[in-house]
Amino acid sequence: MARKDPQVSRRKFLAGVAVASGATAVPPAQAATAASTSAAPRRPSALPPTMHVAAAETGTPKELPRIGGVPGSDFMVDVIKTLDIKYLPSNPASSFRAIHESLINYGGNKMPEFLTCAHEESAVAMAHGYFKVAGKPLMTLCHGTVGLQHAAMAVYNAWCDRVPVIIVGGNDLDAAHRPPGVPTIHSAQDINALVRDFTKWDDTPVSLQHFAQSFVRAYKIAMTPPYGPVAIALDAGLQQEPMRNGEKLYIPRYLPTSPPQGDTGAVKEAARLLANAQNPVIVADRAARSENGVRLLVELAEALQAQVIDQGGRMNFPNTHYLRRPPTAVGNADVILGMELTDFWATVNAYIDNGEHGIGVNTSRIKPETKLISINASELLTKANYQDFQRFQSVDVSMAADAEATLPALIEAVKAAIPNDRRAAIEKRGEAAKKAFAEARERTRQAAALAWDASPISTARMSMEIWAHIKDLDWSLVSISGVGFNWPNRLWPMEKHYQWLGASGGYGVGYGAPASVGAALANRDLGRFSVNIQADGDLMYAPGVLWTAARHNIPQLAVMFNNRGYHQEVMHVQRLSNFRNRVANLGNDMGPIGTSIQNPDIEYHKLAESMGWWAKGPIKDPAQLGPAIKEAVAVVKSGQPALLNVWTQPR
Amino acid sequence: MRSVRGLVPAVLAAGVLLSCGGAFAASAEKGKAAFIQHGCWQCHGMQGQGSTAGPKLAPDAMPIETFTAFVRTTNRAMPPYSEAILSNGDLEDIHAYLQTIPKPAESIPLLNQ
Repeated sequence: MARKDPQVSRRKFLAGVAVASGATAVPPAQAATAASTSAAPRRPSALPPTMHVAAAETGTPKELPRIGGVPGSDFMVDVIKTLDIKYLPSNPASSFRAIHESLINYGGNKMPEFLTCAHEESAVAMAHGYFKVAGKPLMTLCHGTVGLQHAAMAVYNAWCDRVPVIIVGGNDLDAAHRPPGVPTIHSAQDINALVRDFTKWDDTPVSLQHFAQSFVRAYKIAMTPPYGPVAIALDAGLQQEPMRNGEKLYIPRYLPTSPPQGDTGAVKEAARLLANAQNPVIVADRAARSENGVRLLVELAEALQAQVIDQGGRMNFPNTHYLRRPPTAVGNADVILGMELTDFWATVNAYIDNGEHGIGVNTSRIKPETKLISINASELLTKANYQDFQRFQSVDVSMAADAEATLPALIEAVKAAIPNDRRAAIEKRGEAAKKAFAEARERTRQAAALAWDASPISTARMSMEIWAHIKDLDWSLVSISGVGFNWPNRLWPMEKHYQWLGASGGYGVGYGAPASVGAALANRDLGRFSVNIQADGDLMYAPGVLWTAARHNIPQLAVMFNNRGYHQEVMHVQRLSNFRNRVANLGNDMGPIGTSIQNPDIEYHKLAESMGWWAKGPIKDPAQLGPAIKEAVAVVKSGQPALLNVWTQPR
Repeated sequence: MRSVRGLVPAVLAAGVLLSCGGAFAASAEKGKAAFIQHGCWQCHGMQGQGSTAGPKLAPDAMPIETFTAFVRTTNRAMPPYSEAILSNGDLEDIHAYLQTIPKPAESIPLLNQ
């Protein structure tokens, strides 16, 4: 949007450049004509200059038009720098060329540092993964229409996963002045509409002061639990035009907002129910936002000797703790505390995809008298269109509050509410839990031993071959893409907040590779070793992020979970074929037509190698896996990314 | 809800006939191919080791009667396989294949880290 009284209009500037160019350039057609009509004999190559040429070569050139004053986008960079945003992953585009130029020249390409991405979806997903390690958001720049459309899937993942990302989309609003052709096709009246259903907030600033307020507000909204992505449409004219003479701009100071805590009365009622329960069970999904959140959840569980089911949206509870339990533990509960659950309904109900009535069957997993308590900040974030809030579940005590922020008050209330005559029973509950935990660990080890020497390699074997080489490092599992690979969660001791980061949120395939690079970037700065279990289908969405990792020296060990298929879909089509009493048509593949990634097999190691990674594969013999991992770990320790293309069992 | 209870005795009987009739000489080799062809590997792994999508089938395969009854009549997450899409012969071969899968080693050092 053009401002009313710019000192030097960008329109005039562009016109001036055009005139200057016209005065010095010779159109190719004229040049060709001149060459063909010249019949003069060949002259020596060095001729004395004419007066005109001599003057042009020795004189002081007339100054070309320049934009005067302070560029508006320089001020924008000043605003951005107040928020300590370390990186800016982005794919370059003309609609934000002015702020791009300011960031790298005026801003010195520091805080934030521009990271070149090959796809906008990769840029947003990198920011997603980065936040889950660093706890700080990144910003990205998108081309207004086409770039934001590319980014949209990753924005949706961030929304569903409650992760803040600041998305700034370039847009040339002034239809009367913007260049015709591509810039006009790439502009829209309201680019934020593309992502409005799955962002917390958006704005379209029309002045520099408006930008300062919008950007700080966007950061504040994104960083107030429940976290979420925000979008700012940034007009190309506003970026390019200089600040007005004498314009006094200010940058609002960012101060974080306290997360919402549960109401005192509701906390007391929850504590009363939990303290008097025979078999309380805690279920956590995105409950722990930090290391402190993990510590608090352990404290609550131990105070009650309550079993804990970690649904894995974050690393909520150590898997080495004797109170950790599988999802089936809800069956014996008389009180269930759900903390930041994505889907409370599915926590206490089972859905069986067996085709009954054309859809499937629902059955309860819990006893009818079980009391349910919910602490969930997502109740403050619901929008109408997308259905990520899941089926409606009635609960007995419901708090629209942040679980981690509510835990200190809940712990105190529980300790105060435990009757003296219940303490012995609670202690006894803990002893039984220790025995059950030890038995479950042994069953897990026995299950992992099955198909140990199989080729393709079993996913349990692959997990333990990796573990042997990372167990003494300060490691972080930055991603497991693909469905159903859960051996690290079962076999690797996970006790620290950054050792498990959860999944994509929206289950949009293609999150794993870029999110792993973003998380590995944060780990690099913290001196940690990143390991990524990389699914084949996921990598093929936007493999260009491999280049970004190599280009910016972001080390990680990526071990492919290469099962050569879209396995969730393999089973869906098989299931439907059976329901309809038809033989699934495999074509020439192993899975039903349309679900395999084979014929030809993709050589992911060569793909990675071509983008600057150390890589090896395909590895099909389990005996070869350990030595290859050892080599790859050494490469990663030297600061470079490494990929092993491993052919695995389906899950 | 469609009732499958009435089907179970009949299918169990069919399973007994399959295992005792001797009309087929079950082939583990053919069974391995059928295990892939009919998609069993998708949830249960190529050696029947099980996964997040389906339980282990081997080693210690269940008796053929139980196996047959379940495959034909299951109304849970696994879709039932009727005889029209999986013949009795193939089913018996698959069971024979599962019976050949050995137990894992007693002690695996990597699992004792």
